[in-house]
Amino acid sequence: MVQFQPGPSIRCHENINVELLLTLTESNGAVISERKHCLHLAQSRYASKYAQPVKVRKLGSLIMRDTTQTRIVGTPVLRKEGFGKVTGGARYIDDIALHDMWHGATVRSRIARGTIKGIHFGGGIAWDEFVIVTASDIPGTNRIALIIDNDQPVLAEKQINHPEEPVVLLAHPDKARLHEAVAAVEIDCDPLPAVFTIEESERQQTIVWGNDNVIKRFQIEKGDVDSMWQRAAHIVSGEYRTGAQEHLYIENNGVIADWSDTDGLTIQGSMQCPFYVHRALLRIFDLPADKVRVIQTETGGAFGGKEDYPSIIASHAGLLAKKAGHPVKMIYDRMEDMAATTKRHPSRTRYRAAVDPDGRLLAMDIQIDLDGGAYATVSPTVLSRATIHSFGPYFCENIRVRSRAWATNLPPNGAFRGFGAPQTIFGIERHMDQIARAAGLSPEEVRRRNFLAQGKTTATGQVIRDPLDLPGMLDRALEVSGYRAKRARFARENAMSPASNSIRRGMGIASFMHGSGFTGSGERFLNSLVGLEADASGHVTVCASSTEFGQGTSTILSQIAAEALGLPYEDVSTAQPDTQHVPNSGPTVASRTAMIVGRLVDDAAHSLAGILREKNLLGKEYSAQEFRAACAAYAAKIGTLRSEARYQAPKDIFWDDAAYKGEAYPAFAWAVYVAEVAVDMRTYTAQVENFYALQEVGHVLHPVLAAGQIEGGVAQAIGYALYEKVVWKDGHMSNNQMTNYIIPTAADVPNIEVYFEETPCEHGPYGAKGLGELPHDGPAPAILNAIQDAIGVSFTSIPLLPEDIFMCVAQAQAPDALDTVASAERSE
Amino acid sequence: MNAAKIQFPEIRLKVNGAERRISVPPMKRLLDVLREDLGLTGTKEGCGEGECGSCSVLLDGMLVNSCLVPVLQANGCEVLTVEGLATNGKLADIQRKFLELGGTQCGICTPGMMMAAEYLLRQNPHPDLDAIREGLAGNLCRCTGYMRIIDAVKHSTQTPAPAAVSAPTDLAHQGNGK
Repeated sequence: MVQFQPGPSIRCHENINVELLLTLTESNGAVISERKHCLHLAQSRYASKYAQPVKVRKLGSLIMRDTTQTRIVGTPVLRKEGFGKVTGGARYIDDIALHDMWHGATVRSRIARGTIKGIHFGGGIAWDEFVIVTASDIPGTNRIALIIDNDQPVLAEKQINHPEEPVVLLAHPDKARLHEAVAAVEIDCDPLPAVFTIEESERQQTIVWGNDNVIKRFQIEKGDVDSMWQRAAHIVSGEYRTGAQEHLYIENNGVIADWSDTDGLTIQGSMQCPFYVHRALLRIFDLPADKVRVIQTETGGAFGGKEDYPSIIASHAGLLAKKAGHPVKMIYDRMEDMAATTKRHPSRTRYRAAVDPDGRLLAMDIQIDLDGGAYATVSPTVLSRATIHSFGPYFCENIRVRSRAWATNLPPNGAFRGFGAPQTIFGIERHMDQIARAAGLSPEEVRRRNFLAQGKTTATGQVIRDPLDLPGMLDRALEVSGYRAKRARFARENAMSPASNSIRRGMGIASFMHGSGFTGSGERFLNSLVGLEADASGHVTVCASSTEFGQGTSTILSQIAAEALGLPYEDVSTAQPDTQHVPNSGPTVASRTAMIVGRLVDDAAHSLAGILREKNLLGKEYSAQEFRAACAAYAAKIGTLRSEARYQAPKDIFWDDAAYKGEAYPAFAWAVYVAEVAVDMRTYTAQVENFYALQEVGHVLHPVLAAGQIEGGVAQAIGYALYEKVVWKDGHMSNNQMTNYIIPTAADVPNIEVYFEETPCEHGPYGAKGLGELPHDGPAPAILNAIQDAIGVSFTSIPLLPEDIFMCVAQAQAPDALDTVASAERSE
Repeated sequence: MNAAKIQFPEIRLKVNGAERRISVPPMKRLLDVLREDLGLTGTKEGCGEGECGSCSVLLDGMLVNSCLVPVLQANGCEVLTVEGLATNGKLADIQRKFLELGGTQCGICTPGMMMAAEYLLRQNPHPDLDAIREGLAGNLCRCTGYMRIIDAVKHSTQTPAPAAVSAPTDLAHQGNGK
């Protein structure tokens, strides 16, 4: 067991800069390493907190700071909504029924692209029992526009742009009658030529979007890339591809819509972003803001798949409810959800790197292409994050990144945990291994020589100001995984004859980062607001639109408020996200909830206590009992006690949207992951046997929830790398069932060990940064790097299924001959 | 909707210890009968084809996907659902461990997952890691990566008969999230 122990040299300088000596020791007390962390803490409460000795304890597989200085933050309190979830009492949307409720269904395009000539309602169906909605029933604008104007129709009117595009809506009191009715509607179309891949789209022979099929493009230029190729000792080029990925939340998309001529439209359902749905409905129904109400119900997983899509299903159910005069429930079944809703963007990335004789990066030229699908949805921002993560956690003076999102006639791709970063981190982290081989270095050494560090700049010119010790993280990751000893042992065992040993094992590394919060100036535009309310009994409610969908929003926001107010955890809860009752704290996306919204909760909590002090109801120091008494007095004398906090951009964070330069994120989470993989040369199956995830995510707010996020993200990314293949046929997902779209089960996941290094971040509450998306970024390249270590083949594309390994290995008897799959141009 | 009401033969079930009699189409899925006719919405539908295990219940002690069981097949049987795990509002050990150790995140797979765990622990009160992984392999979870679920099962004891429950922990006051 290893421990962090506080060194004697913890010092405070005017409560602003804290130097913390962290000593890594073995359990027998032997010192392994000592590292100084310099903390720049803007607020004295953090400084005084971290000026105290820091203890460490081991909890299961993760090592945590013992937060003796916080009572609630950093402790494994019970999940707020957990009781309902383990008793079956939690009410998800399909568990709710309204009086006189009907059921809705969607008739979708069966072709990828074409012009609608007519809609025919077939025989054998009592159509007079159904309510039928088409585009002509839309009272407002037939468009859903999240980022770009006039993006996606609510219902196709003339033009079809992808398979499964919604055209007609049906409602009936009996859910069982809908299936055959949907099948009886025929959409008569004149087909048009369609494009289904990045390559077909960039050929620009068939234009399906604008003038050139490009939805969005970015370019980053830093230094002078072109002058570096001549000076390079090695030039390494590679092309990498990632496939689409289905979110496969276990609860499908679903909503219930209720229409009233006086109150307007009420939607309740499974979603991440109630105010996105709210904004979409105002335009579609041409209603003022107070006539649309959106309520999030318990949500059974999301992963980005319920970021923008709920606006579509909510508008559909709303149109049916308005016309039917009944509440209408729409719940997709699994096949419909998989075929019709968004996926992770497929990608192709091309890397060309100039490297000096010591393996240091002189220049990188990166080309990123994403498949956006038929409409823009969130593709511009996914492309942005992909672009800003494409150079990895490495310092390079000369970088050019050009990126494009292409339109195709696939159903629109959308947000998915990682949001573009997993695609480009796959590229850079596979490429670093190829650079290592070209330069004759180990994978760990080439990374060590190129890591970003405090004071260095990223490709967008962002200076890394926070303490950052990537070499130290790499050392620890190699140590906890037993990397060197295992790699040496595997090399010996792999050399044994196939007859005596058909298993080949290898170790792979990925080092990477993930920016917390919206990219660039995004948080300034969101302008988020959080409210706190205390009732006469002193119970405090956090009012925010930030949603709980498994990741722990309700718990961590309650922890932060309870901590800040000096109250027991039980005295704080979160309000149900309901656009009529909570302020807009922004969407629950982009790893922003802990750091951005959590900070607002902390600020609002301090101002809540401040209000009571202003009225002389509360002293500087107070007990929970005194707080409750103060709340009772306030309620009796003045009324409801409320405070709020609005986002204020940090003064030293600036982003230039036009030049695409500046501070892309207020903070990054950093990680070094190690995969231990076995490839069975009889079945060509690759299996991850152990996985080590070490990250620096600021101060961990809740050890169990945080570890759960990492483990879940790693498992999902193992699926992305080795199991999950979306099979396309003319733009239609043909394996849209859990039977043949395979995700990892309890028998497939390896032991996942999670380690947190905690360097408190000044931007987050109690030093927290975002961590939800980070674990999806690194596992895929770490796994493929391990496979190359095991069998000597550099695979460049995921998902990597046994048949893919077979095809490649079977083509050559000697595995070494295949070491050129990622072409390495070498020049001396 | 205006068709004459058909009288279906009576189906008798013993659900979570209580006798229930219903008249429903005999091929109606047990899952829908539990959710729609008996108001037990704790059992979830994830895929409708027996892949995800979210609808797992115990039918005469056997672990089944209730989306694959026509209700007539359950006639005269005992059914245990997630609502039947707690006793007098006190959580069963498996529920408490899922809650404490992080075995539930979004919670949609949790009822089925706990039923699979309950079945496993009845068969094998002290399962090793491989047995736990195997026992849960029919239930998909997309949130947790299974680590904490496995942990929860490892630390759970088989649910004792109701009479033998001693000083269970009342966690109801913790569940005030929404």
